[in-house]
Amino acid sequence: MDSPLVEGRNLTKRFDSFTAVDGIDFRVERGETFGFLGPNGAGKTSTMRMIGCVSPISGGDLTVLGLDPMTDGAAIRSRLGVVPQEDSLDTELTVWDNMLIYGRYFDLPRAEIRRRATELLDFVQLTERRDDRVDPLSGGMKRRLTIARSLINQPELLLLDEPTTGLDPQARHLLWERLYRLKQDGVTLLLTTHYMDEAEQLCDRLVIMDDGRIVAEGSPRELIAAHATREVVEFRFASEKSRSDALSHLQNTGERVEAHADRILVYTADGDKVASFLAGAGDTAQAASILVRRSTLEDVFLILTGRTLDD
Amino acid sequence: MQTPPVMRVVERELLVSRRLWRGWTSSHFVMPLLYLTAMGVGLGDIIDDRGRTVDGLAYMEFVAPGLLAATALMLAAGESLWPVMVGTKWLRTFHAMVATPLGPGDAYDGILAWTALRAFAGSALFLTVATLFGGVPSAWGLLAVPAAALGAAAFAAPLIAYSATQDSDATFPLIMRLGVMPLFLFSGTFFPVSQLPDTLQPVAVASPLWHSVELCRGATRGDLGAAAALAHLVVLVSIVAAGRAWGRRSFTRKLVP
Ligand SMILES: Nc1ncnc2c1ncn2[C@@H]1O[C@H](COP(=O)(O)OP(=O)(O)O)[C@@H](O)[C@H]1O
Ligand SMILES: [Mg+2]
Repeated sequence: MDSPLVEGRNLTKRFDSFTAVDGIDFRVERGETFGFLGPNGAGKTSTMRMIGCVSPISGGDLTVLGLDPMTDGAAIRSRLGVVPQEDSLDTELTVWDNMLIYGRYFDLPRAEIRRRATELLDFVQLTERRDDRVDPLSGGMKRRLTIARSLINQPELLLLDEPTTGLDPQARHLLWERLYRLKQDGVTLLLTTHYMDEAEQLCDRLVIMDDGRIVAEGSPRELIAAHATREVVEFRFASEKSRSDALSHLQNTGERVEAHADRILVYTADGDKVASFLAGAGDTAQAASILVRRSTLEDVFLILTGRTLDD
Repeated sequence: MQTPPVMRVVERELLVSRRLWRGWTSSHFVMPLLYLTAMGVGLGDIIDDRGRTVDGLAYMEFVAPGLLAATALMLAAGESLWPVMVGTKWLRTFHAMVATPLGPGDAYDGILAWTALRAFAGSALFLTVATLFGGVPSAWGLLAVPAAALGAAAFAAPLIAYSATQDSDATFPLIMRLGVMPLFLFSGTFFPVSQLPDTLQPVAVASPLWHSVELCRGATRGDLGAAAALAHLVVLVSIVAAGRAWGRRSFTRKLVP
């Protein structure tokens, strides 16, 4: 069996006395897309930065590409691509100059950089903008440029920290589609996100992080099967009174019920049956809307932590 | 053959500065011209007309090397404050560097080397202009160029280190007003330090600018003794070394916490 591309054992990150990453274990295999899914403050960025060798570990063990970040940081970084959570582009310069400068950081010959940059800008659909300054580009374009830049050294492993946060839906889909292409080309992707749809779309395997710890691990499908039910029924209400009346009814279904401020979720194998359950209740317990849907990773997170991902 | 990491950072600065050359021309050429005209010619004429010399020099000969060292210092200050904040916080361009094989120490060294190079280029231009104004009596004056660049590095080394410890530019205007400007004015640039009150003289002598002014003036008048030259060099090189040790540490703290 191949050795993993990244392996963390009891990996810990402390800032002074505050523990941001609290002893996590994970393995990323060559060729897979692996995700860290969790809300803000879960410790995703701290973990990514340790893997990217820009933050020393505080405890546990970490190997990246079979090497030790403590002693071989520069050698590891020369084989990584990094898309950081916060953009770090030279916004005063042109798209092209950004590619050139970044390639030079890796000490690539100029002719080689030019050849690769032409291909990569084509790949991220920025060829037309190559002589434009970066500053006025849209958020999605800047993200795409950051991705193109991160590929200039033909990395074996690409780290993407919240690649689509803050982008509009169209820009996100374009980005996902590009990442999917990379994945098909065999690049190992390691990404963090607090969007469950992003994790479901892209990740072969993921861990769910909360408060510096890993609370679950598996493929999206496995996680849903293990922690959620097949279907979820979402009830929304016009008034607080109807919500509380309905809640006592729904709690008699024998299914798992999660009450939230704005809605009630019932986890079940048979959504239609649960959806009709309020029909027998009194007038005051009627929902304003009822939605039967399949369970998602968001539900897994909710069940495991009692909170939503964007809390 | 590998390009040294520090050179890769300097390459970036060069590329960036290609876009800024207009601003450069003004700071490296127009400013010296204005200073030399105002101080050397304007003020100099008054002094010369009265048959006075300063430290045995015509005022132009006195002030030209002072201005040379002082403009190198101003340039160093300009590179060491806000541009560092751009790299650590505003555009995070230093963070981009350390995600590659470059490390935080390379980023620091690169910025320092770049500042020294700019000071060198600016000083060469200044010296040319000053020579045309008659401010450089000796051919040893050529050595004033590296001397001014070293003085700029001695100033930039700790200042870049300091800037990287800051989370905002709140203190920078204060540093300019209370740190850089007094040094600029009172380090033997426009008048001899001996004119200062006795209590202030040791302060002026402790400033890196005084050492680089003395080196530059010694060079342009062509009479600097080896012992004095060595003493000034040792002071300036020590400040660079200490500043660099601090800077590599503060860059590490800031960029790879
Ligand atoms: N440099 C730092 N110094 C102190 N605390 C930090 C630092 N970086 C992150 N943290 C803290 O660590 C926790 C985890 O942050 P982060 O890893 O950025 O989470 P995420 O990326 O999942 O949102 C947060 O509470 C954050 O405030
Ligand atoms: Mg984050």
